[in-house]
Amino acid sequence: MEFLQLAIGGVAMGCIYALIALGFVLIYKATEVVNFAQGDVMMLGAFVAFTFASLWQFPFAAAVALALIVLVAVGALFDRFLLRPIIGQPTFSAVMVTIGIGFVARGIATMVPGWGTDTHALKAPWSDGTIKLGSLVISTDDLAIIVLTAALCLVLWLFFSRTRIGIAMQASSQNQLAAYYMGIPVRRINTLIWGLSAGIAAFAAVLLAPVTFVHSNMGFVGLKAFPAAVVGGFGSIPGAIVGGLIIGLVEAFAGFYLPEGFKNVAAYIVVLIVLVVRPSGIFAEMRRKKV
Amino acid sequence: MRFVFKTRYEQDLQLFRDRTEAGWYGVLLLVLLAAPFVVPEYWRAQLVFIYIWGIVGFGLMLLSGFTGQISMGHAAFLAIGAYAETLLQIAGWPFLLSAPAAMLLAAAAGIVIGLPALRLTGIYLAIATLAFGFIVEEVLARWESLTAGNSGLMVPPLNLAGAPITGSHSFYYVCLACILLVGVAVRNLLRAPTGRAFIAIRDSEISAQSMGVNLARYKTLSFALSAGITGLAGALYAHQIRFISPEQFTLFLSIEFLMMIVIGGMGSLHGAVFGAIFMIVLPELIAITKDYLPQAIAEQTGLKSTVFGALMILFVLFEPLGLYGRWVKIRTWFSLFPLYKAGMFRRQKAYQKSERVH
Repeated sequence: MEFLQLAIGGVAMGCIYALIALGFVLIYKATEVVNFAQGDVMMLGAFVAFTFASLWQFPFAAAVALALIVLVAVGALFDRFLLRPIIGQPTFSAVMVTIGIGFVARGIATMVPGWGTDTHALKAPWSDGTIKLGSLVISTDDLAIIVLTAALCLVLWLFFSRTRIGIAMQASSQNQLAAYYMGIPVRRINTLIWGLSAGIAAFAAVLLAPVTFVHSNMGFVGLKAFPAAVVGGFGSIPGAIVGGLIIGLVEAFAGFYLPEGFKNVAAYIVVLIVLVVRPSGIFAEMRRKKV
Repeated sequence: MRFVFKTRYEQDLQLFRDRTEAGWYGVLLLVLLAAPFVVPEYWRAQLVFIYIWGIVGFGLMLLSGFTGQISMGHAAFLAIGAYAETLLQIAGWPFLLSAPAAMLLAAAAGIVIGLPALRLTGIYLAIATLAFGFIVEEVLARWESLTAGNSGLMVPPLNLAGAPITGSHSFYYVCLACILLVGVAVRNLLRAPTGRAFIAIRDSEISAQSMGVNLARYKTLSFALSAGITGLAGALYAHQIRFISPEQFTLFLSIEFLMMIVIGGMGSLHGAVFGAIFMIVLPELIAITKDYLPQAIAEQTGLKSTVFGALMILFVLFEPLGLYGRWVKIRTWFSLFPLYKAGMFRRQKAYQKSERVH
């Protein structure tokens, strides 16, 4: 029972990691840029949702919808104005730009009136409840995270496999040049992908905020999502989900069964082991680079 | 513009290009030697920080700028150097023994993280080093019998060769000597076959391998040297800051080091020093300009982080060669005066994807 209890908490946290890792993977697949600001974009999403829901008293659903729209726009703007100009420069430059974005986002969040360095509460309608199943106690927050993540994955899967634009995104992620020859506007698609991944981050933020509260450093969850993305193989969408769940579960069990301190680094120990055993992640395609 | 017409092989081995250049470096050295007598104590401390950060810059530049291996865990090597130095000094070792020991220990850690790095490239390497940094930080916080955990360690005054050094200038000269030694050593290394092999690995691993460069050996060597140099910086850092605790060596310090070499100018040793000056002077500048800003902005805690992030973005967008690149452009503009062309330093863009398999 104890095991199941831990597993549910782990899966819920793992879902958050998975959603953020999904944002990394989408951008990485499309543009080969690792977006180190993904966690901070999530933090912005939480603050925007908090602004709409608590400061301006919008209904919760409307606040979430508006936050998603705002964040999609923010993500697209990042790509259009900060990353598109450096296409063709080494990937390292782009990574440094995203690190810069993260710093600026954290700095600005503390300066916006009403946001600041304080911790804010953002309650969802489902918050603060528990469901009892025998001796198992599940908080409704955890349940909502798991159910909504699964729903989002389904929607994304339908989007990528059934819609024209989703298929175009897949094509341009697989081979930009070929996609370009087929008439896909690759650069616009990349901007959309940045928007999409910022939107997913905002969605994760709304799920996470009732559990951890909203504050300017909540984006550091993103640092645990890196191992998640790597464990799954950085270029694989199902891998990101599985990786997130693995990291969430390992962390939950490490926090309970291992001595104090292991919880913080469990994710990193797992990622080092995976990298030593399978250098490009569990789900990676093993192929050699052509010269 | 001056061109050196080389007529002897010895000229290829010279440390400086010509006498003028050697003369300018001599002047710089004299200024730095005289500095502690001239500048106020506060700025002397900042100069010491510039030296320490400059040593880190040399180490990280060797790894990232010349061997092309990204590291997001250099704060861990700094921490290992700092803790080793502190514990050995407490045990009574003189600096002349404890600093090399700290370097060796950091280098050994570098080899440990370098071994998986042989199979990793790009982002995977970044994550592996990042994970290493987190683990070292946690170990330092938890290994309380050795490191006193989060309560931190007081660092004894520097014991150079048997007795604690006296006089506030002495430590300044120790740091100056260290950065000069490291600078000359790294410069010589880069002109030697080892350094050439590093650069070959950076430019293309596959072609380096085809030319007979042993990737495993040189990548590990680069990690070890870089970590060792950073360990030396850590030893000096411990003495300068006089109190060390695990939360000083976080991921953000590692990222700050990366910013330092990018802003300074990737792939040049001057860039490492320029970056170090920039990283130390910028917070001072921010503090000074705060007096002139409206209070509502000046009192914000996020100001420093915003300025750092924004400058990082602006440098990558508009001056990818960093401060050193800007300096070279200005110098060239003057030496070519009416003939400078805007496109002179423009690099060809590479649209071909590097890492991924198609």
